[in-house]
Amino acid sequence: MTTGSSSNAGPTHKLVEAGITLLIALFGVIVIVGSLKAGINWGAEGPRAGFFPFYIGIFIVASSGINLWNGLREDNDALFAEWGQLRQVMSVVVPTAIYVGAMPFTGLYLASIVFIAWFMRWLGKYPWLTVLAVSLGMPIVTYFIFERWFLVPLPKGPVEEWLGL
Amino acid sequence: MEELVNLFHGFAIALQPFNIMVMVLGIVLGVLIGVLPGLGGANGVAILLPLTFSMPPTSAIIMLSCIYWGALFGGAITSILFNIPGEPWSVATTFDGYPMAQKGKAGEALTAAFTSSFVGALFAVIMITLVAPLVASFALQFGPAEKFAVYFLAFCSFVGLSKEPPFKTIAAMMIGFALAAVGLDSITGQLRLTFGVTHLLNGFDFLIAVIGLFGIGEILLTMEEGLAFRGGNAKINLRVVLQTWKELPAYWITSLRSCLIGCWMGITPAGATPASFMSYGIAKRVAKNGSNFGKGEIEGVVAPETAAHAAGTAALLPMLSLGVPGSPTAAVLLGGLLIWGLQPGPMLFVEQKEFVWGLIASMYLGNLVGLIVVLTCVPVFAAILRVPFSIIAPLILVLCAIGAYSVHSSTFDVVLMLVFGVIGYLLKKCNYPLAPLVLAIVLGDKAEEAFRQSLLGSQGSLGIFFSNTLVSTIMILGLIALFWSVIQQGYTRLRGAPA
Repeated sequence: MTTGSSSNAGPTHKLVEAGITLLIALFGVIVIVGSLKAGINWGAEGPRAGFFPFYIGIFIVASSGINLWNGLREDNDALFAEWGQLRQVMSVVVPTAIYVGAMPFTGLYLASIVFIAWFMRWLGKYPWLTVLAVSLGMPIVTYFIFERWFLVPLPKGPVEEWLGL
Repeated sequence: MEELVNLFHGFAIALQPFNIMVMVLGIVLGVLIGVLPGLGGANGVAILLPLTFSMPPTSAIIMLSCIYWGALFGGAITSILFNIPGEPWSVATTFDGYPMAQKGKAGEALTAAFTSSFVGALFAVIMITLVAPLVASFALQFGPAEKFAVYFLAFCSFVGLSKEPPFKTIAAMMIGFALAAVGLDSITGQLRLTFGVTHLLNGFDFLIAVIGLFGIGEILLTMEEGLAFRGGNAKINLRVVLQTWKELPAYWITSLRSCLIGCWMGITPAGATPASFMSYGIAKRVAKNGSNFGKGEIEGVVAPETAAHAAGTAALLPMLSLGVPGSPTAAVLLGGLLIWGLQPGPMLFVEQKEFVWGLIASMYLGNLVGLIVVLTCVPVFAAILRVPFSIIAPLILVLCAIGAYSVHSSTFDVVLMLVFGVIGYLLKKCNYPLAPLVLAIVLGDKAEEAFRQSLLGSQGSLGIFFSNTLVSTIMILGLIALFWSVIQQGYTRLRGAPA
């Protein structure tokens, strides 16, 4: 497995960290707004539903503020990751997202076969025979272990219905 | 004495043929999880949790705890043979383990690691057997304020003892609390933080978070680093094992010290990773041949492995007796108990004696079975490691998806898992610790409930948390833990020693 690229360019750590800290602070604000909607004062049953999460939200915003301040103050020119490395990460995230998105329509088995085959063929450059053996073998083993032996139902689609599974 | 009788009764349960089978299966699966990069103890247990839904609770928890022991053992294999720590607590093992393997002493290093792990775990299990019932009966006197104080202590310890910046630990922890608050409020029955999204009515399940944050996040990190396996042959036979066993008693002081460090760090709940580093550091400083550490000293393998296993095992003490897990994996196990309708905490020792003592007995047997399995099967596990990552990675991703789906039979959970995965990757890269986040998702509801009930009793006064000696002591311990690094810095400055 290679890192994909030898270039040293990429987003800086400082920038990405600041972005993530701001996202966390935004999450804190959403929590505060949601808590205010639920009520943060004292009701008949004691503190109301929003009371605890309201202060949690304040903690999130406050600690994010400190983290942002600390992060920006740091003298750090390091890269978060090289573009090639991020491409490598996206080459897993995007197909996994498609796999997850397809699952409700195709069922788990068909989606898994295509996903494993794609991964092995495209990233691993394996011969078709190996690809077929692993991508078909894994769902079959899964079927027996989960559905037959441990009676855990998994999502099925039209192919499984057609096969009568 | 009563504990001994209970323990023997526990052995009778653990030794039932089905439970022994489950134990061996759990250990093998656990070692596999420990060996494979991208799968850790916490998310391994989470993914395999659905397998246990059809089992009786005692067998299920035996299997899950054995997966945990197996993962602890498995981490050492990759560290020593391939210089790849499968688990964070195995990092210190690579310092001397890998150089030993390079010198052709892989068998000795593995035997020392496994045996030390066994010794550490055994020490911690004996401690649990003796102490857990006492802690549990003491905890029976706890009211809501005392319960909250214990949660407070657990969370403060995370902030004070974490190696990540404290405000990042606090932010991560608070995200966990906020996620735990989503959905139905257990006290008023009101909906909160759902913003009209029906999928959020049940809130966020911590299992989905664990699988995403640890499993998917770890795969993304591994993909980024572009992992390549290069490792030596693992030849391990009876002669090597016996030879190493003859050498090990010479390091009994290191072992004992590591056991004590491990137990303390496991309970507090700093966890196995700092325990292994601390134990390695002290051994290096104290040992006569300390300067040789890092070049392939067997003592450098004994110290971190003993401490990591002692800590990993001791983390189950607060989980069983107080309902506060000492590690992320213990948190997942706690979640498992809740799924089976068992309430971890002091009452478990009164109401579910059979279950508790069956589990404790299985800790003794599970570790013994683990030692035998790993000593005999190292070459097989090492061979699995040579399977390229582009085959292993999609298989792990599919397993994660199955695990996430099986929790509530919902495909929305699989989507959430992926979202958590990307978040886990980003947070980890930015130095946010994930363990406190997961612990807060698991314990958020309970901590909030205890907090609100306490305030209800005191008509809103925070003085309730300092109203008697017991609750004040626990709260003050929590505050000390919270400001531990500040206290340490102040102490160093007072002594005038260089920082």
